[in-house]
Amino acid sequence: MLKINNISKTFNTGTVNEKKALINVSLHLKEGDFVTVIGGNGAGKSTLLNSVCGVFNIDSGSIEIDGADVTRLSEHKRAKYLGRVFQDPMMGTAADMQIMENMSLAYRRGKKHGLSWALTSKEKKVYKEMLSQLGLGLENRMSSKVGLLSGGQRQALTLLMAVAQKPKVLLLDEHTAALDPTTAGKVLELSDKFISENNLTAMMITHNMKDAIAYGNRLIMMNEGRIIYDVSGEEKKNLTVDDLLKKFAALSGEEFANDRALLN
Amino acid sequence: MLNMIMSFGLPGVMAQGIIWGLMAIGVYITFKILDIADLTVDGSFATGGAVLVMSVTQYGMNIWISLLLAFIAGCLAGLMTGIFHTKFGIPAILSGILTQFALYSINLRILTCANVALNVRKYSDVVLISSFYTTDALIKCAIFAAIIIGLLYLFFGTQLGQSLRATGCNPNMSRANGINTERNKILGLVISNGVVALSGGLLAQYQGFADINMGRGAIVIGLAAVIIGEVLFAKIYRNLAVRFTSAIVGGILYYVIISLVLRMGLKADDLKLLTALVVAIFLGIPFWKKSIMDSRIKKGVESNVKNQ
Ligand SMILES: Nc1ncnc2c1ncn2[C@@H]1O[C@H](COP(=O)(O)OP(=O)(O)OP(=O)(O)O)[C@@H](O)[C@H]1O
Ligand SMILES: [Mg+2]
Repeated sequence: MLKINNISKTFNTGTVNEKKALINVSLHLKEGDFVTVIGGNGAGKSTLLNSVCGVFNIDSGSIEIDGADVTRLSEHKRAKYLGRVFQDPMMGTAADMQIMENMSLAYRRGKKHGLSWALTSKEKKVYKEMLSQLGLGLENRMSSKVGLLSGGQRQALTLLMAVAQKPKVLLLDEHTAALDPTTAGKVLELSDKFISENNLTAMMITHNMKDAIAYGNRLIMMNEGRIIYDVSGEEKKNLTVDDLLKKFAALSGEEFANDRALLN
Repeated sequence: MLNMIMSFGLPGVMAQGIIWGLMAIGVYITFKILDIADLTVDGSFATGGAVLVMSVTQYGMNIWISLLLAFIAGCLAGLMTGIFHTKFGIPAILSGILTQFALYSINLRILTCANVALNVRKYSDVVLISSFYTTDALIKCAIFAAIIIGLLYLFFGTQLGQSLRATGCNPNMSRANGINTERNKILGLVISNGVVALSGGLLAQYQGFADINMGRGAIVIGLAAVIIGEVLFAKIYRNLAVRFTSAIVGGILYYVIISLVLRMGLKADDLKLLTALVVAIFLGIPFWKKSIMDSRIKKGVESNVKNQ
């Protein structure tokens, strides 16, 4: 479903701030794969996801989604394949627009924006139905501005928007990191529910090793722009946080350096 | 007070206010919806006036076609700014300044000299509104504004219009949802400057001439109208049609206030200084509010600590 072939990305090439964020990274995901991604600060996790989204051009390598080569496709054109939830709850929704307007933008992801009326009553019913899946009561305040919602509500809405139009790949970048533990847990449960119910192919970056082990069928660990550990199936299920920390020390020759991970 | 307003011709002042309010709607589209401060308007307003006057006087064209041409000319000015901004990667403000600068030459080319009259006596059958018939002008301007607001309201309710609003509100989210934000920015600038040029065409008719400098400071007046309207309508249910209307009301109030202070003895030369200061203060209010709130929170925390 997703084929990342040997991609590299260097930021600020030729300056003192040159940073090799990705070095010859390859990763193939089958349909229905749910891979969790862990690694220290600056390991290149976000850069990997952003490469798939086309936030910037990669230096070399290629990216295929469902058989289509998207390497040179601009960000908004790739969007039809991808559902995305960002770390910052403010990033994924338009604050000054109504909940249902946000839904309708997401529902039309990858389709033409024409001159027909944006919110039809038929569509409103669909959105109401979808919003009720969140169990947050948002279906009863569809004309509220999204800016009035809490961070957790906004993140749940962003998640729903990401899957409103079934994506080929769902990309989650520490999407619960900014939420309090209880809300984070709920959003994570929702993510897992959507992924398994729709058999979505998904990548989830997390700084929480327990979550990385508990969710998904595959786990990759990144360090300094490379994937240093890739595990799936039974072996992944039986991992412990301790195993992961040891693995990291053995493979990278240093302690696991992610301030947020240590807090957990 | 009321006497004073009546004595300088309230209908005429209001008609002008509506025309500038229409211009302010153009500013609203870029400044509020797209989140771009577009300085093209100072040039495109005059472009509209110039195109209208020349197509009527030199080419004997129908007034509606002349207005349409003025609108299109404004759209092209917006297109230029949009291309500078998105395809040349120039910051929006600078793109607008460049276009505005270029438009000075273009407007002179269109007008052939700095000032061209549109004699109302000579073109009385052609001209729609004129300062000689202020009440008539006021009514027609109001109808005109209502139609433009209606059309814009419909447009921003379409899928395309909605994607334009999203582009201004959150470009990241827009791209993640497959919206071409660059194209939308260009489109917004095009529509905005089209509306601005249209109002330039109306003003040229009203005052009976087009002038190379007629748009100078348009952006500031537009902002003033938007801000006044916003303050007044802040509490009312704010759908887009209401917000556009509030810009018109803001334009009217701006003009009435200006006329009043001029009557009361303020020199016309000092007007721009006054307007700039008023706009600066109103733009500053949200910022000050925030810093006051922040310092209150800080103090609150400190006193809490002390109390414990
Ligand atoms: N747009 C950019 N410009 C310059 N450098 C960048 C940019 N984006 C990322 N980098 C650099 O690339 C490296 C990898 O960053 P990335 O954001 O992918 O890390 P990460 O694994 O997501 O880390 P974190 O856990 O802190 O989110 C970092 O050194 C970062 O400073
Ligand atoms: Mg990151």
